[in-house]
Amino acid sequence: MTTSDTHRVIDAVWRIESARIIAGLARILRDVGLAEELAQDALVAALEKWPESGVPDNPGAWLTAVAKHRAIDLLRKSKLIERKHEDLGRELEAEQFMASTNFDTDAEDDVGDDLLRLVFTACHPVLSSDARIALTLRLLGGLSTDEIARAFLVPEPTVAQRIVRAKRTLTEAHVPFEVPRGDALAARLASVLQVIYLIFNEGYTATAGDNWMRPALCEEALRLGRILAELTPKEPEVHGLVALMEIQASRARARTGPSGEPILLFDQNRAHWDQLLIRRGLGALKRAEQLGGTLGPYALQAAITACHARARTPDETDWPRIAALYDALAQIAPSPVVDLNRAVALSMAFGPSVGLELVDALTAEPSLKNYHLLPSVRGDLLVKLGRFDEAVVEFKRAAALTRNARERELLLERAAGCVRDSA
Amino acid sequence: MRVMVIIKANKDSEAGVLPDGKFLTEMGKYNEELVKAGVMLAGEGLYPSSKGVRVRFSGGKSTVIDGPFTETKELIAGFWLWQVKTLEEAVEWVKRCPSPDNMSPDVEGEIEIRQVFEAEDFGAEFTPELREQEERLRAEIDELNKKKS
Repeated sequence: MTTSDTHRVIDAVWRIESARIIAGLARILRDVGLAEELAQDALVAALEKWPESGVPDNPGAWLTAVAKHRAIDLLRKSKLIERKHEDLGRELEAEQFMASTNFDTDAEDDVGDDLLRLVFTACHPVLSSDARIALTLRLLGGLSTDEIARAFLVPEPTVAQRIVRAKRTLTEAHVPFEVPRGDALAARLASVLQVIYLIFNEGYTATAGDNWMRPALCEEALRLGRILAELTPKEPEVHGLVALMEIQASRARARTGPSGEPILLFDQNRAHWDQLLIRRGLGALKRAEQLGGTLGPYALQAAITACHARARTPDETDWPRIAALYDALAQIAPSPVVDLNRAVALSMAFGPSVGLELVDALTAEPSLKNYHLLPSVRGDLLVKLGRFDEAVVEFKRAAALTRNARERELLLERAAGCVRDSA
Repeated sequence: MRVMVIIKANKDSEAGVLPDGKFLTEMGKYNEELVKAGVMLAGEGLYPSSKGVRVRFSGGKSTVIDGPFTETKELIAGFWLWQVKTLEEAVEWVKRCPSPDNMSPDVEGEIEIRQVFEAEDFGAEFTPELREQEERLRAEIDELNKKKS
C-alpha cells in the first residue's frame, strides 16, 4: 500500500470515527476545543505511523486509544498544577474512560448521548451562524478546514480563524457539554436544524457565485440530518427536516439539461427524480406525522415538497392541498416569503389573477423590497395573464436583484422571451 | 458517492439455510450502526436462486431459464445501497461487517463494492443548474425569518 493509499484509508477512518472520538473526549475534558485538538493529534500520529506500520486491524480503536492517552496526560498535568478535588473525581472518571479500550465497548447509548451533546454544543446560540456551520462540519462531519473553505468558496484562513474563534467563544462562555432539557430543548433543537438546513441550502441553491449546486454540502447535510434523526428519534421536526432534504435532493439530476441549462420544476423529466430518495423522504415524513401533534415548519415544508414528489405529472399536483399547507405554515411561521409561496400555490389552484392580487399586496412589504423572487413571481403571473410588457419590467428587476449569475441569466432570458411574445 | 455493496451467495445461502441467531443479532447491530452513521440508504436480502429466473437474450429471441443456477460464487444473496464519500469509506465499513464465514467453517464469504453510476449529478465539477422557483422560495424561508429575528 502506498502512502497516498494509506492516507485515503486514514481519511475514511477519520470520517467514520472522528465525531465519536471528539464527543467521547469532550465528555471527559469538558472542553470541545481541546477534545478536537487531541483528536487531531491522534490523526497526525496515524498519518505518521500507518504508512510504515500498516493500517491497524481496528483503526478506530487505535485512534481512540492515542487520543485518550493524550487526554489522560493532560488531565494528570492539570492535576499536578491545580490539585483540585474536582480533578480527582474527574481523573477517576478518566481512568474508567481509559479502561474501555475502544468505543465499541462503551454502551451505544453513551456514544449517542455524547454525539448529541456535541451537536448541541457546535450549534450553540452563543456562536454566530457561520461559526455554527463551520464547527458542525468540522466536529460532526469530520471535514477538514480546507474542505469547508472550498465548499463555501472562502479562503481557508477565514474558516480556520472562524473555528478557532468559535472554540474560544465556547470556552469563554462556559458552555456546558450537555443536551439542553425542558423548555430550552425546543429552541436549541431549532438552532441545530437551522444549521443543517443552511448547509443543505448552501449546497442546493448557492446564494452567490456561478455554480448553483455544490453537492458535497447537500450530501453532508443529509448525512448530518440522518444521524440526528437516529439520535433523536422522537423529535418530529428532525424527521421533517430529513424528509424535506431527501425529497429536494431527489430532484438533483433533473434540474439541469445536457448543456448545463436550468430546468424548472414543472419542465423536469420526473423519470429522472431519484425514487429511492423520494421513498426515504416520504418515509421520514410519515415518521414525523406518526409522532403526533401539530406539524412544525420543516414537516410542513416537507409535506408540500411531498405533494410534488407524489405527482407523476405537473397536472396531477394537488395545489389546493399545497395552498392549505402554506396556510398552516403561515400560522406557525408567519413570513412574507410564506405568503408569496401561498400566492403561487393559490394561483396554480385558482388562476393567475388570484395569485397576482395577493402578490400585489406583498409589494408594499419592506422585507421583500430587495427580494428578487417577488418580481420574478410577479413576472410569471403577468406572463400567464398575457401582460408581457409589464412582465419584462419585473424579470429585469428580478435579474438586477439576484446575486446568482446563473439565475440572472435565466431571468434575462425570460425577459427577452416576453419581448418576443408581445411582438 | 453511492455504492452498491453486494453480498455474494455461498452454499448455505443457496441451500436456503438461515444464518444462526448469533449472526442475525450481529448483522442487526451492524445494520443499525450503518443507519446511525447516515450511510445506509437501502438494503435487502434475497431468496436462493432456486426461486429466481433468468431471461436470456440471444439472436433476437428471449428465453426464460428457471433457477437454481450453479455458479454459486457468481450469485448474490443480498445487497445494500450506501451513501459514502469515497470507496475507501465503503471498504472501512465492509471490514466491520460480521463475517459470514462464522456461520460454518467451510463457508467462504465475499462482499463486493461497486460504485453506482450517477452520471452528471454528483461529480466534482457539478454543472451549473437552475432554480425551481417554487422550491427555492421555501428554501429561503429560514433565511428571511432569521434576518427578521
